Amino acid sequence: MNKYSILFPFAALALAGCQGSGGGNQATSQASGGITGAGSTFVYPVLSAWSADYAKGGGPNVNYQSIGSGGGIAQIKAGTVDFGASDKPLDPKELAAAGLAQFPVVIGGVVPVVNIAGVDAGKLRLTGPVLADIYAGKVRKWNDPAIVSINPGVNLPAADIAIVHRSDGSGTTFNFTHYLGQVSPSWKSGPGEGTSVSWPSGVGGKGNEGVAAYVRQLPNSIGYVEYAYVVQNHMHWTSLQNAAGKFVAPSAASFQAAAASADWAHAQDFFLVMTNAPGADAYPITATTFVLMHRQPKDKGRSDAAIAFFKWALEKGQPQAQKLDYVPLPDTLVQQIETYVGQNVK
Amino acid sequence: MSWTLLRRRAVDWVALLFAGAATLFGLFWLAWILWTTLAEGSAALKPSLFTQMTPPPGADGGLLNAFYGSIVMVMLGIVIGTPIGIAAGTYLAEHGRHSKLAAIVRFVNDILLSAPSIVIGLFIYVLVVRPSGHFSGIAGALALAMILIPIVVRTTDEALRLVPDQMREAGFALGLSRWRVTSRILYKAATAGIVTGILLGLARISGETAPLLFTALGNQFWSANLNAPLANVPVVIWQYAMSPYDEWHALAWAGAFVLTAFVLALNLIVRLFARKGSKK
Amino acid sequence: MRDEAAGVDNAAVAIRGAAADRLYGLTTAGAAWLVLVLLGGTAFAMAWGGRQAFSTFGFGFITSRDWNPVELKFGAFVPIYGTLVTSAIALLIAVPVSIGIALFLTDIAPRWTRGPIAIAIELLAAVPSIIYGMWGLFVFAPFMGAHVEPWLNDHLGTMPIVGPLFSGPPIGIGMLTAGIVLGIMIIPFIASVARDVFNAVPSALKEAAVSLGSTRWEILSRVTLPYTRSAIVGAIFLGLGRALGETMAVTFVLGNAHDLSASLLMPSNSIAAVIANEFTEADTDLYRSSLIALAFLLFIVTLIVLTVAKLMLLRMDRAFGRTH
Repeated sequence: MNKYSILFPFAALALAGCQGSGGGNQATSQASGGITGAGSTFVYPVLSAWSADYAKGGGPNVNYQSIGSGGGIAQIKAGTVDFGASDKPLDPKELAAAGLAQFPVVIGGVVPVVNIAGVDAGKLRLTGPVLADIYAGKVRKWNDPAIVSINPGVNLPAADIAIVHRSDGSGTTFNFTHYLGQVSPSWKSGPGEGTSVSWPSGVGGKGNEGVAAYVRQLPNSIGYVEYAYVVQNHMHWTSLQNAAGKFVAPSAASFQAAAASADWAHAQDFFLVMTNAPGADAYPITATTFVLMHRQPKDKGRSDAAIAFFKWALEKGQPQAQKLDYVPLPDTLVQQIETYVGQNVK
Repeated sequence: MSWTLLRRRAVDWVALLFAGAATLFGLFWLAWILWTTLAEGSAALKPSLFTQMTPPPGADGGLLNAFYGSIVMVMLGIVIGTPIGIAAGTYLAEHGRHSKLAAIVRFVNDILLSAPSIVIGLFIYVLVVRPSGHFSGIAGALALAMILIPIVVRTTDEALRLVPDQMREAGFALGLSRWRVTSRILYKAATAGIVTGILLGLARISGETAPLLFTALGNQFWSANLNAPLANVPVVIWQYAMSPYDEWHALAWAGAFVLTAFVLALNLIVRLFARKGSKK
Repeated sequence: MRDEAAGVDNAAVAIRGAAADRLYGLTTAGAAWLVLVLLGGTAFAMAWGGRQAFSTFGFGFITSRDWNPVELKFGAFVPIYGTLVTSAIALLIAVPVSIGIALFLTDIAPRWTRGPIAIAIELLAAVPSIIYGMWGLFVFAPFMGAHVEPWLNDHLGTMPIVGPLFSGPPIGIGMLTAGIVLGIMIIPFIASVARDVFNAVPSALKEAAVSLGSTRWEILSRVTLPYTRSAIVGAIFLGLGRALGETMAVTFVLGNAHDLSASLLMPSNSIAAVIANEFTEADTDLYRSSLIALAFLLFIVTLIVLTVAKLMLLRMDRAFGRTH
């Protein structure tokens, strides 16, 4: 009994794992085992719910992993996955260069949340420019006239605003900063928009969860999180003034209003960021996630399987999405997507 | 009683008290963290944790596919990394006391020790995942092995160098070849140190998330295919903990608790083996 | 006749021994080369990936405090600073504690408790790093922010020299919290190796010291530690390596702010945290290249720290009359 005999059981287990691959070639086992996708963390809950239902209904396994929108884009370009998901749309030039097609698949919203003593959910109202000035450090205290003037009757303390943003690159940040750039020229020329920007101040939380945790812990703080987190964690959300001048609360209805009023028909390859949508009841920071697929896929079988999955999800997966606080696409948009996919993905 | 003696005794007492306090300090953190893990994961600590697969939000489920994938990849990582680590550590201790190559390898090994695990994951991604065109459990195991190797090299090197030279000289005097001296005498004497190194490495690699993200990716469904994306506990913990759903949070914490318990169990088993082996 | 047969047998054994020796020599040397190749490959891959960043920013990459993904201006100063500070705090905490634990486990604890306590300490290494992060964010940081940091602010923040180190709003997350969490994470690495190493000191040496009337502390400081000096330093490097490269735990509690501040209570950034946070979302080549360049710089930082440490050791050796 020497030292090496300790390794025998480990080696046996490891070999047992190798046995599981069945010695078959990887293409068939992956196809029969299913298709792989990666990308945005925003859609991860709804995609995993859809694929579980799809598999239960007899479809192939659709294995989606959330590694971030940038990761999704990189992996689909490298061809290591069958589809990618990104919160930020690629422009038609980049799509053409990489041979990709893109289409939206689900809608959500990015909501500013606060932690101020005495201010409950929905009590605080903000406008786009004021929000941008807060994050830019121009409006520093909660009782600044700019905030007080739009919130008559709300008791705002004379305390410094503690800013929370994302530390990791994210599509949520992209949509949030895109909106800030649309409503505030100084933000656009300053930090600008992106999945990651140079924030003038504040702390960075990792993921929506990190931002939510910091906002909960830091008194007089403000942060931005996806709608699902607001609902699940009962956070104190704020209403935002939309492009039509109305103060709108985040909800499935206001997100759908934004989607309906967005000009999808004229967006080539659906290249459209929906923030600051013109509709009367539209919520200003509404976002959608895009699926990316190769136009001339190397493995047609897997590509077709992915298309079949998304067709099923777009047509039959809406109740699931709604249960998870996501907003389904309007029917006209679904039609547009199916036509696009039929034409572009061979 | 002389003043010096009093002072020396006092210093001794202070040191012993500090040692006791230090141990309590270490155990305190362990207790706090384990308690948190248990409390947060208690909702998910039921038999279904070990019998069902990772669920979509709102549904019941377990972590079976993740446990399986993690065990297989960690074991494979150990099988690949340990022999290389021990061999390199042996070289450094036995053949390389005064050689330039050994000094360089030792230095280089220490640098590799502090490489962020995400960097190692990216390295294996470029080396294995890109050329093969898909994520795989093998790539994950290779990344884990690469994290393990420097740890085992370091500890093996130190453990072997602590064995007094008299033992080596005694072996040579008996006419044993270098190989026999090392395997029959030195490894036996240094078993404790080498095993500690392997167990520390095992503990480290079973909890690593970043390298697996770019190599094994993860899998929502059951899969035993090492040549395709493979579920694993750390990535599941990361995804679930960062989500807004309470059932997923509970699963993440429960997974962490089980992972820690698993490493503890392995620790105990291996030490039992080592003790039996050395008693012979 | 028996001697002849024995002679042939001995020759056969000698030949087999020699062949085995050669194979053994080749295998071990080969493994050592493999380690070199692995590091060389990784370092080269990092340098290659970072070449765009280095050529764009030049040496200024190291001194610049910018980090602007939109305007594509990147600088490594803040991540390097954060990495060094948090690792220093971690070592300051972990080294004395680990030596203390090792002393306790080898000399003071009753024999029947040694095994369980040792395993408990090693269990600290088994906790996944992401759990350290989550526990740090949801449990420890609020505790620090509510109880510890205000105290530090009030009592130490006003003192003359150390004051600036402990001032600032008590948000709970920051360099101090991250340093403490890192310190806890590396305790098992240093303590376990130290314990094994203390046990390996020949009892003859310890007994000689006892017979001369040494106290336990004197045995530790005058016999055990000098004898195991190299292994202890190795253990410290093991822990330091972990601290410098730790990703998940640090991203949760360091605050991830690209700001430079003297106060330990303020958030900062570390190289591993920046890479982990931003790599999957980096959408331009220069951005990705800057992140990989950061990884390469971590190698360089480690190289410098290790070189300085080894030079210091060499000087200590020469002072004690050792030549190797």
